[in-house]
Amino acid sequence: MAASPSQIGPVFRPSMLLYDSRYRSITIQIVVLLLVMAGIGWLLHNLFTNLAQLGRTLDFDFLGRRAGYEITPSLIQYSADNTHWRALVVGLLNTLLVALVGCILATIVGVLVGVLRLSNNWLVGRLMTVYVEVFRNIPVLLWILMLFAVLKEATPAPNAYRLTPAMVEAGQSADASMFLGSFAVTNRYTTMPTPLLSRGPGGIDLGFVNFSGGFLILALILIASILAVRYLGRRATRIQAETGKRPTTWWQSLLILFVPVILALWAMGFYIQVPEITSFNFSGGIQLSNGFVALTLALALYTGAFIAEIVRAGILAVSRGQSEAAFALGLRPGWTMRLVILPQALRVIVPPLISQYLNLTKNSSLALAASYLDLRGTLGGITLNQTGRGLECMLLLMAIYLIISLLISSGMNVFNSRVRLKER
Amino acid sequence: MSDVHAQTVPFVRKSMLPEAEPPARQRGVPLWLRENLFSGWFNTILTILGAAAAIWLVASILPWMLRGVWNADSLRECRDIVIERYGEGVTGACWAMIRERWPQYIFGMYPQDIFWRPTLAFVLLLVAIAPVLYLSLPRKLLIFSALYPALAYWLLWGGTIWLPVMVLVGFALGWGALRLVLPRFGAIVATAVAVLVPVLWWGLLAGDAAQDLQGLVPLALRPVGSAAFGGFLLSFVLGVTGVSLSLPLGLLLSLGRRSDLPLIHYLCVGFIEFIRGVPLITLLFTASLLLNYFLPPNSDFDIILRVIIMVTLFAAAYIAEVIRGALAALPRGQYEAADALGLDYWKAQRLIILPQALKISIPGIVSTFIGLFKDTTLVVFIGLRDPLKGVTDMIRQTTAWKGIYWEPYIFVGALFFVICFSMSRYAMYLERKLERGH
Repeated sequence: MAASPSQIGPVFRPSMLLYDSRYRSITIQIVVLLLVMAGIGWLLHNLFTNLAQLGRTLDFDFLGRRAGYEITPSLIQYSADNTHWRALVVGLLNTLLVALVGCILATIVGVLVGVLRLSNNWLVGRLMTVYVEVFRNIPVLLWILMLFAVLKEATPAPNAYRLTPAMVEAGQSADASMFLGSFAVTNRYTTMPTPLLSRGPGGIDLGFVNFSGGFLILALILIASILAVRYLGRRATRIQAETGKRPTTWWQSLLILFVPVILALWAMGFYIQVPEITSFNFSGGIQLSNGFVALTLALALYTGAFIAEIVRAGILAVSRGQSEAAFALGLRPGWTMRLVILPQALRVIVPPLISQYLNLTKNSSLALAASYLDLRGTLGGITLNQTGRGLECMLLLMAIYLIISLLISSGMNVFNSRVRLKER
Repeated sequence: MSDVHAQTVPFVRKSMLPEAEPPARQRGVPLWLRENLFSGWFNTILTILGAAAAIWLVASILPWMLRGVWNADSLRECRDIVIERYGEGVTGACWAMIRERWPQYIFGMYPQDIFWRPTLAFVLLLVAIAPVLYLSLPRKLLIFSALYPALAYWLLWGGTIWLPVMVLVGFALGWGALRLVLPRFGAIVATAVAVLVPVLWWGLLAGDAAQDLQGLVPLALRPVGSAAFGGFLLSFVLGVTGVSLSLPLGLLLSLGRRSDLPLIHYLCVGFIEFIRGVPLITLLFTASLLLNYFLPPNSDFDIILRVIIMVTLFAAAYIAEVIRGALAALPRGQYEAADALGLDYWKAQRLIILPQALKISIPGIVSTFIGLFKDTTLVVFIGLRDPLKGVTDMIRQTTAWKGIYWEPYIFVGALFFVICFSMSRYAMYLERKLERGH
């Protein structure tokens, strides 16, 4: 005979949904879920009612239509006849370019300033403090506007660099002269030498992007060299483990790293093209638009001030006892830095550093202030205004920024979990 | 034995020599210079480079600033005065623009005759914020802090006083309902009622009540539209409202992110990561372009209110992360002690966890505020007059000040610097004061 159900488990009463902690969490979650779904449903309902009232639907067809506006600078081939989709990609690449160059510059500035702020030199320490405080406490928008204004207003026009035969005869010199004979800052762009290949193989045209063949070959050679050097290092470690003597590898590593690349460069006819002034403009070399330079520099200097503080805090966070212990073990200063100080300082430095990279990437959306067409300028600016598809453009824009941010922060999480102190 | 030396050593000094000064190189200015500026070749090079850079910077800016003209009616007049004083080809700053136009940098287009209202609101803000920032002040002052938002709204936007009063009454009703229901029906029902009652009050009754009371006791200030707001007034309104509204929201989000309930955890994580993943400027565009799509048809409300909503959501995500950091920094023992005392979740949070966590998160909250305050300049991109670009562009459009470049940036930058720098110093002072390290 089976016992009646009421005698086995406790009886379920509806009030237990509220007062029994076993069921309450489920109740709360269901209620929250219902509320959230109701909220989202309300928003969507409003959205579709509004769209219906305007006689519109949510569609992304406009991305396939002709863009009809120029974008300079552009990393890939683009003309006004291309689609909005391609304009979007151009903008995205411009954003990523600013973010990449900005992050590199900001790191250099930040590390330099952070270390110098700790130096015994009174004057340099104070100067660096002034730099950090001034840049941190003033909106980045002001730095962008200011640098852009400096480049636009306080630099000579390209033709000021011109030296005509008539001027030479008269013994005059040009109004402005190039820095080291190869760099020039003008009121429209900054020009500098560019490395080129005279006998390079043809590019690989993917229809969308045109990869330079020479660049690909160099990258492959470099990767192969690095792999070879790492193999060499591992072999040396193995021999050291077996025999106790580590074979000398430094000159082999250097040879492997440099010789193939130099040979390849020589074979492909590597040369550096220096910009030269023709009638009113510079030709040759690479030309960086003032918007790009101002935006990148401003973001780098602004973020660099924050990174400097992070670096300083990271170095100060490693207690003195650590380096003293390393010295007591007989490690030389270089090894102490590499094996003891840096790993611990990096654990403190890297997470906030990466969130600064994230900030820099997001702040690059202020490109509008420097008339630089980034993702927000193309997709969220001209495309939006031309097509009137505000909703679609903003959704796409947010999604792209979100993906970039999530990629960066997932990189941070990987790093964090790798260097985390193992707590037991 | 002690007298051996006296007999065997021919000479032993018996009196102490007077203490001599260290040699000239080892004391005073030369020592300081050598230790701090010229210790080794590397430091010497650094010093020379640093001094050269500093001198170059000062020499290229300071004379220009000192040659500045304070009394002029237009940029052209400024330049003429400078040339007249210092000769042809010399340039100087034109501070006359700031002298003439500073009210617009501070108040935007706010009507000139009622500048006292935002000024009073600002002074009262300092009073309201003092008991929050300085823990030694009497706690009774917090009552004023609680009333301040309604008062500030009334002072800034004007209109009838009864509207903000009715909003406050809603909060009071909610609190009363909580006290009434809590002992009888438990926390969950009480919370639901405490949320529902004010919402019903605001939605159904508050507007009419305010109108009736205004009819009975007419107490009103001249209304000022949101279009008049600009300059630092706008920055302060957005920054202060954003941070204070986002505090409770951020607190809930941070608790939700640490919650054991998976649904709530993921909802909070999703919200926080979404907001932190997109630039503020896209959120502002959403406020100006898209918010209307998601609201009932034909509902249109104030642009500043829309921006405040977005700024609040934005700040809440950052504050949630600040508080989460503080919660994580509390030792596990605190949580275990709360459990051991048999406190339920909310009691443990309220009595044990949050007082400690909030205290250590104040510096982070201040930093968030500084960041937000600086970011309020971005509202220029949706057509509001921020102090940096909005007001400056407006002034540059006038014929008198067309072409003025550096002076506005220097002025606004200096103001931002003073405000943000003093706040960051306060955060550092607090960090030192709250330091309980060992």
